[in-house]
Amino acid sequence: MTENNKGYKSHIIIIAVENKAGVLARIAGLFSARGYNIDSLCVSETEDPTVSKMTLTVKGDERILEQIDKQLNKLIDVIKVQDLTEGDFIDRELVLVKIKTLNPVVRQEVMQLSNVFRAKVVDIGRKSLTLEIVGGTSKVNAMIELLKSYGIKELVRTGKIAMSREYNQKK
Amino acid sequence: MNGAQIMVESLKKEGVKIIFGYPGGVLLPLCDQLYDSGIRFVLVRHEQGAAHAVDGFARSSGRVGVCMATSGPGATNLVTGIATAYMDSIPMVAITAQVATNLIGSDAFQEVDITGITRPITKHNYLIKDVKDIARTVKEAFYIASSGRPGPVLIDLPVDVQRAETKFEYPAEIDIRSYKPTYEGHPLQIERAWKMVRDSKKPLLIAGGGVISANASEELKKFVEAAGIPVTFTLMGLGSLPVEHPLSLGMLGMHGTKYANYAVVETDLLISAGARFDDRITGKIENFAPNAKIIHIDIDPASISKNIIVDVPIVGNAKDILKELNAKVEPIERKEWLAKIKEWKHRYLLTYEKDALKPQYIIERLSEMLPDDAIICTEVGQNQMWTAQYYKFRKPRTFVTSGGLGTMGFGFPAAIGAQMANPDKIVIDIAGDGSIQMNIQELATAVYNRLPIKIIILNNCCLGMVRQWQQLFYKRRYAFTCVENAQPDFAKLAEAYGAIGCRVTTMEEFEKIIKNVLDEREKPVIVDCRIVKEENVFPMVPAGASLDQMLEGLA
Repeated sequence: MTENNKGYKSHIIIIAVENKAGVLARIAGLFSARGYNIDSLCVSETEDPTVSKMTLTVKGDERILEQIDKQLNKLIDVIKVQDLTEGDFIDRELVLVKIKTLNPVVRQEVMQLSNVFRAKVVDIGRKSLTLEIVGGTSKVNAMIELLKSYGIKELVRTGKIAMSREYNQKK
Repeated sequence: MNGAQIMVESLKKEGVKIIFGYPGGVLLPLCDQLYDSGIRFVLVRHEQGAAHAVDGFARSSGRVGVCMATSGPGATNLVTGIATAYMDSIPMVAITAQVATNLIGSDAFQEVDITGITRPITKHNYLIKDVKDIARTVKEAFYIASSGRPGPVLIDLPVDVQRAETKFEYPAEIDIRSYKPTYEGHPLQIERAWKMVRDSKKPLLIAGGGVISANASEELKKFVEAAGIPVTFTLMGLGSLPVEHPLSLGMLGMHGTKYANYAVVETDLLISAGARFDDRITGKIENFAPNAKIIHIDIDPASISKNIIVDVPIVGNAKDILKELNAKVEPIERKEWLAKIKEWKHRYLLTYEKDALKPQYIIERLSEMLPDDAIICTEVGQNQMWTAQYYKFRKPRTFVTSGGLGTMGFGFPAAIGAQMANPDKIVIDIAGDGSIQMNIQELATAVYNRLPIKIIILNNCCLGMVRQWQQLFYKRRYAFTCVENAQPDFAKLAEAYGAIGCRVTTMEEFEKIIKNVLDEREKPVIVDCRIVKEENVFPMVPAGASLDQMLEGLA
């Protein structure tokens, strides 16, 4: 299925699960056993300590997505599955990126750029500068694209977290 | 009470009277507790035998069975049996012992991560780390195993938790917030389905294992008789309606009858009840039921539109939904369609030549001689397909066979479980000379427990089904499938275990002994039937071909 994933729409799926040992392995195992691809995955506790939420970004056509939803729901520890892409939602991602800044001019430029994108400088070294970028996918990707020309030394991203908007919800 | 006592008391609360298992180091507290508990512990000779026995127990009786094994190799030996039950949706609770909690993860002696290993082949599994969780976990396990789409559940119980003490309180009820199976179909969908049935000219119903696990045979019979719908069966659905019923077309699919497969091609409305459109049923998926709208009744929403896009999905239990349909049904005559099917059945009758001792003959004779409630287990391969084709199943839960996983070595231990659950019925294992050797050690279990299982070995001195594929698709290059040089004397082998053994090579010899064999009430019997070596299972739809592209004989 991996090869065929090109051109498929990206979906953001929120899975509410029992906050128990082994649940992540059940979800991950299901995806690998059935050949579904995960682009990103984010897991944490929620306002209810017995419930964890996972935000997954997956690609697939309608049939694959329907199967993912059904197969996830079959797992006993899964409480609820939501495909946010069906309605309005907010998504955010946090990125830490370390950029080569060999001279003060470059450093100045990068800092200006970060202002425009409302990124934060979180660390400065003699030859590098580390930014924290928070935002939706397009903003984050746009900023990373721009920063590439300066030379990215290191980059990590959390993967998306998301939530449906209160109005105009389909599910 | 300690954990082991709580486990035993909890099992009693669930009505468990029999456990199939094998002892071992960290299982000792539980074994000791079971020793004088009143629950019968059937000692198998290999843990795989325990898992299959429980499976046969559950399939033939409809009750949840329990098997038990120690940690490490004991647990891994259960794995094939658990996967077999999972593929065929059989309710089972497997209990494994685990090393002490403080040793978990340290590669301790006989330690294995069995919950990790069985995660994709169980409906759910548990590692119990606190003695207080045992009672609730057992309650949940039995509920999950037997409700919704049934399946195996595994409980892993560390040895120190078996010894720890707490108060025993068995929950009267449980509520799992994330698990609420749907039983009743959606009324609007049922209404739509009924209208389609009413308007259809050439309907066809596929009955699968879901009809049997939901005990829906009565409802099925009522529905198809009233609405005039011919019925075909998946391997798992055989027995849900008598094969000799005028509306029955026998099995469909790769080794189905020609008339069943032709009906699939021609039907304008396919109703699937408790079947999941496995590739052995559909053949080439693009050409499956090309002229039909499809109604799919299944308790598992994930089965719907997985392999085949359907027009009307109905999620729920086959029994409840057929009941609802029966409430709407008005008698419909379909003279033309039924006449066509009758003509097909006549023209494409399953036949073989009676020129030597043929497997089909043996199965036909058994079918004639045995009572309606006799339980027929099979191994996997040609023996299984000939049985599916030539045995006239008349009742649900009389056919015990590994469908989805196709597990060789399943039939004999499953027969042990079936005989335990049905001490007054005749239990047969139709075996091949390959499969029977995969769990032959269970002869000791059968002899010790005085189980008069009749093992009919269709002995062609080769791994017949694979050899058949080699003959048809690999230019008769019989790689690793012909085993005559090293075959045991099965009759002597039976005797060595204290069972009865005999060998027949002709139809006359078979006729001479078979009545005595079926009358045996004390000991297992092996009948080594030396059948024709190159006999094949026909018709056959080659893998990946359409259902109307059936092979009939040797090319």
